[in-house]
Amino acid sequence: MLSFILKRLGLLVPTFFGVTLLTFSLIRMIPGDPVEVMMGERKVDPELHAQAMQRLGLDQPLYKQYFDYIGQLLQGDLGQSLVSRESVWHEFTALFPATLELSIAAILIASLLGLIAGVVAALKRGSMLDHGIMGLALTGYSMPIFWWGLILIMFFSVQLGWTPVSGRIDLFFDVPPVTGFMLIDTLYLDDEGVWLDALHHLILPAVVLATIPLAVIARMTRSSMLEVLGEDYVRTARAKGLSPARVVFVHALRNALIPVLTVIGLQVGTLMAGAVLTETIFSWPGIGKWLIDAISRRDYPVVQNGILLIATLVILVNFVVDVLYGIANPRIRHAG
Amino acid sequence: MALLEIRNLSVRFGSKTATPVVEGMDLRLEAGEILGIVGESGSGKSVTMMALMGLIAAPGIVTADALTFAGQDLLQLSARAKRQIIGKDISMIFQDPMTSLNPSYTVGYQLGEVLKQHLGLKGSAARQRAIELLELVEIPGATARLDAYPHQLSGGMSQRVAIAMAIACQPKLLIADEPTTALDVTIQAQIMELLLRLQREHNMALIMITHDLAVVAEMAQRVCVMYAGQAVELGRVPALFQHPAHPYTEALLKAIPEHSVGAARLSTLPGIVPGRYDRPRGCLLAPRCPYRQEHCQDSRPHLEPHGGGAVRCHFPLTEATA
Repeated sequence: MLSFILKRLGLLVPTFFGVTLLTFSLIRMIPGDPVEVMMGERKVDPELHAQAMQRLGLDQPLYKQYFDYIGQLLQGDLGQSLVSRESVWHEFTALFPATLELSIAAILIASLLGLIAGVVAALKRGSMLDHGIMGLALTGYSMPIFWWGLILIMFFSVQLGWTPVSGRIDLFFDVPPVTGFMLIDTLYLDDEGVWLDALHHLILPAVVLATIPLAVIARMTRSSMLEVLGEDYVRTARAKGLSPARVVFVHALRNALIPVLTVIGLQVGTLMAGAVLTETIFSWPGIGKWLIDAISRRDYPVVQNGILLIATLVILVNFVVDVLYGIANPRIRHAG
Repeated sequence: MALLEIRNLSVRFGSKTATPVVEGMDLRLEAGEILGIVGESGSGKSVTMMALMGLIAAPGIVTADALTFAGQDLLQLSARAKRQIIGKDISMIFQDPMTSLNPSYTVGYQLGEVLKQHLGLKGSAARQRAIELLELVEIPGATARLDAYPHQLSGGMSQRVAIAMAIACQPKLLIADEPTTALDVTIQAQIMELLLRLQREHNMALIMITHDLAVVAEMAQRVCVMYAGQAVELGRVPALFQHPAHPYTEALLKAIPEHSVGAARLSTLPGIVPGRYDRPRGCLLAPRCPYRQEHCQDSRPHLEPHGGGAVRCHFPLTEATA
């Protein structure tokens, strides 16, 4: 187990350098620079422009800028936003809970519905229900997330008026941040209406963000269940005279969950990518929207380090999933 | 009254008109009797027993004129009522012990499940009974084994656990589906001895599915020979082996290597078992039978009483011809 953990940590080093190199070069390939964007449409006085670039250290050759950046990173300095002058780490930690709340809601929806749909499809294999569920899953998986979000807003928010169009909470409410999770912070206010308002805001973006992971989890659960249902030990469970529910949920599902868990872990990456689009569509004040804004402002340090932080997170989550995998599967646990 | 009576059992997959995997199977078993079912792979031995246990899942279709166990008509029982018999009064152990136990649960959990389901035992009472059962199947250090996972057990130990699970409720009938095929030869003998001892002590009826004629000769009182989904011969043990009435039984016996000592070649039956799509119109053995006649190729024989047993042949062998 220890060598496994060390190997995993060793893999982080090249991943980190890869991410830094990619973000550093990609953001600089986009035409325009931070100073130009800040000055807006007006013609920039070349002298002022040069001065500003020099002040930001952007007049240096690229390789030097990169090494300075790496040097900063190695000292644990994530830099400051060129626009707000706030430290990147502070901005990230202030906005991250919003994204985390959205992602947790999404992964809960996706896991719960995905597992149910997958199990039902497997049990009713070959039926219309199975084909229906798998067809929906394929549609969900292939759906462009920004389009899907807009359609849902149009239907549920604009036509039916059931949910708000955007944001995390109604502007009338002032919720002091305690944990950063709106559903928890609103509980401190002791006002049911505020909590419900937060829930209303959360529901649509969470559904949009959950769509692709839900489809993947449903398909994976179905195939994993089908495989396990054919196993000898499921036959043994039936031969014991156990109820069909016990056979399916206690004997089959437990074993079928093992590969599904891995897939759920891998979805965290998809979730982060999805969060960028979802947060932009719903004006959700999380790191996805923060990054999009930073890209359009050419806020180099925010883009570089924000993405680096997200990459770290995805890697860590996958690491945790590997450990969970061992808990679900005694054969791995004992090998360690 | 017989403990188990199966009359005209057929199992098909797909539709009611599909070629049967088991066709017109008849079987009677008295309480405490040991029956061996022999036949090559795919002859329908396991499928027959799975059908009895209600383990044939869709798209499998089971039909029978009678399927009676201890006076109860299994065909008429609801699924729920049947589950109170399965695993309690009729239980089964399977071929590969390493895959028959659930890898995610401890031995104690899987044993306890049966005790809770059928006997309502829970907690320390269930644990106590589980330990007794493991001791009954001669597992050393039974208490410690309760918390072991199947992957921590050897094949022989796993099969003992499976047997413990099967006899947990003192069944009237135990079906052993090639219980030793996946085990080492030395372990095979131990498991067979264990099964025989348990059968004697609990006066269980035992159905032993096997490829191994020697096992049947040694253990069983009666034997049923299956070929291509049909019972072709039923008989008492020494008699059937001494004077087989069906050409297939005779061929099986001749193919035992010990019977060919001194001969240049092992005797074999030419040809292969008919498949799903090339079943002969007449006797299923006709294309391979050394004694076949015109009539055999046109008309399907029925299982008819013969000597002390029954045989499915138009021209059963007599002592003179065999």
